[in-house]
Amino acid sequence: MSFFGFGQTADIDIILSGSDTRKLAEIKTEDGKKEKHYLYYDGESVSGKVNITLKKPGMKLEHQGIKIEFIGQIELYYDRGNHHEFTSLVKELVRPGELAQNTSYNFDFVNVEKPYESYTGSNVRLRYFLRVTIVRRLSDIVKESDIIVHTLASYPEMNSSIKMEVGIEDCLHIEFEYNKSKYHLKDVIVGKIYFLLVRIKIKHMEIAIIKRETTGSGPNTFNENETIAKYEIMDGAPVRGESIPIRLFLAGYDLTPTMKDINKKFSVRYYLNLVLVDEEERRYFKQQEIVLWRKGEKTRKPIQQPQSVPPENK
Amino acid sequence: MATEEKPPQDATRRLQPKKQTLDDAYAVPANFLEIDVLNPITHGVARKRYTDYEVRMRTNLPVFKMKELSVRRRYSDFEWLRNELERDSKIVVPALPGKAWIRQLPFRGDEGIFDEEFIEERKKGLEMFINKVAGHPLAQNERCLHMFLQDPVIDRNYVPGKIRNS
Repeated sequence: MSFFGFGQTADIDIILSGSDTRKLAEIKTEDGKKEKHYLYYDGESVSGKVNITLKKPGMKLEHQGIKIEFIGQIELYYDRGNHHEFTSLVKELVRPGELAQNTSYNFDFVNVEKPYESYTGSNVRLRYFLRVTIVRRLSDIVKESDIIVHTLASYPEMNSSIKMEVGIEDCLHIEFEYNKSKYHLKDVIVGKIYFLLVRIKIKHMEIAIIKRETTGSGPNTFNENETIAKYEIMDGAPVRGESIPIRLFLAGYDLTPTMKDINKKFSVRYYLNLVLVDEEERRYFKQQEIVLWRKGEKTRKPIQQPQSVPPENK
Repeated sequence: MATEEKPPQDATRRLQPKKQTLDDAYAVPANFLEIDVLNPITHGVARKRYTDYEVRMRTNLPVFKMKELSVRRRYSDFEWLRNELERDSKIVVPALPGKAWIRQLPFRGDEGIFDEEFIEERKKGLEMFINKVAGHPLAQNERCLHMFLQDPVIDRNYVPGKIRNS
């Protein structure tokens, strides 16, 4: 912001190194659109260069210092004023002085810890970004550049199946089974429903994946449920002894890994909701939590810091 | 097109189902419940007239003592049942067909609430109502429902309560 068009101003460009080999990932923005940014993992260095282009040729740019920051922060939509920075690194690019021409500065944040995955939700957002600031007396010139972070995990040691008998006494008894309790994002849920007692008139049965985003704590806890998928698995009235198979491919749905109590600010959990609907549209349901995790891809290039490396794809 | 017979992958193999016996597969369904509302009869003369309906229940649900039974009920009995369920049970009780106040006013061209077409419409509405209610697992716990369906006369001084152990 310069008064009456006087004074020099500048454009800032942040260029990440290794961008020709680095993958892009997609993430939703607050208004639902999809954005692509470079994908980083925990422990990787974030380096590159900052190009400063003077807008008015011939004029010098006076400044009180130019710095670059690497920030990881959580924004709660209902509390916009307070950004919770869980990671904040800063590097001074140049001391106060003046720029006479377009200049380029290198930066290297070495082995940066990125403990959480980037997430855009209904009431909360977790993002990582680089911010370059040209400090000036009246108004700073600022440029931000987002990156996306994925957290990887490997096949859990313990992954027992979920098997339960539920029902309404004397009316409806079912036994349901899902082959695992922890699924990766491209996994398939294999299961079955076994009918032990059917004294109601069932019209159909469906299974849904529900995402529950929890923000706040204590009396200010807010849960937001979103139905990510709904899939009919049975049409018609079953009788005792019938088994209905379930096969639900997760890759087709917009899912994130399960996130528990991220920086004590929010959680994202997933549930399978089994719903039976009778002829009078009454709904009988059983919700069961599943844990989702992100599997590393085979072709991922090695990183500096040691981390559990996922085994080869079976 | 040549296809190779590959053994199914462990990760996506179907879970082993229990075999259903032929008895279970072809038995009468355990959810049989049919309630018909029929045979409307208008009793009495002039101002003291009222219409009642046969409520015939056929079921194999063990919660009902009688498997086949008919009783006669009038509209106010249905209203009584609805009020009892609204108060005591946790269910959202469906609506009854209308009270038809306008039809009860004098100087109508037709028979008012004793008009054949009106009785036919009301009969259908009552049948929908009682089927919806009787099939509800929570309503089946209420003594008022059992008295409505299976006692010859409704005792309005009864003690409300539940049938099944909670």
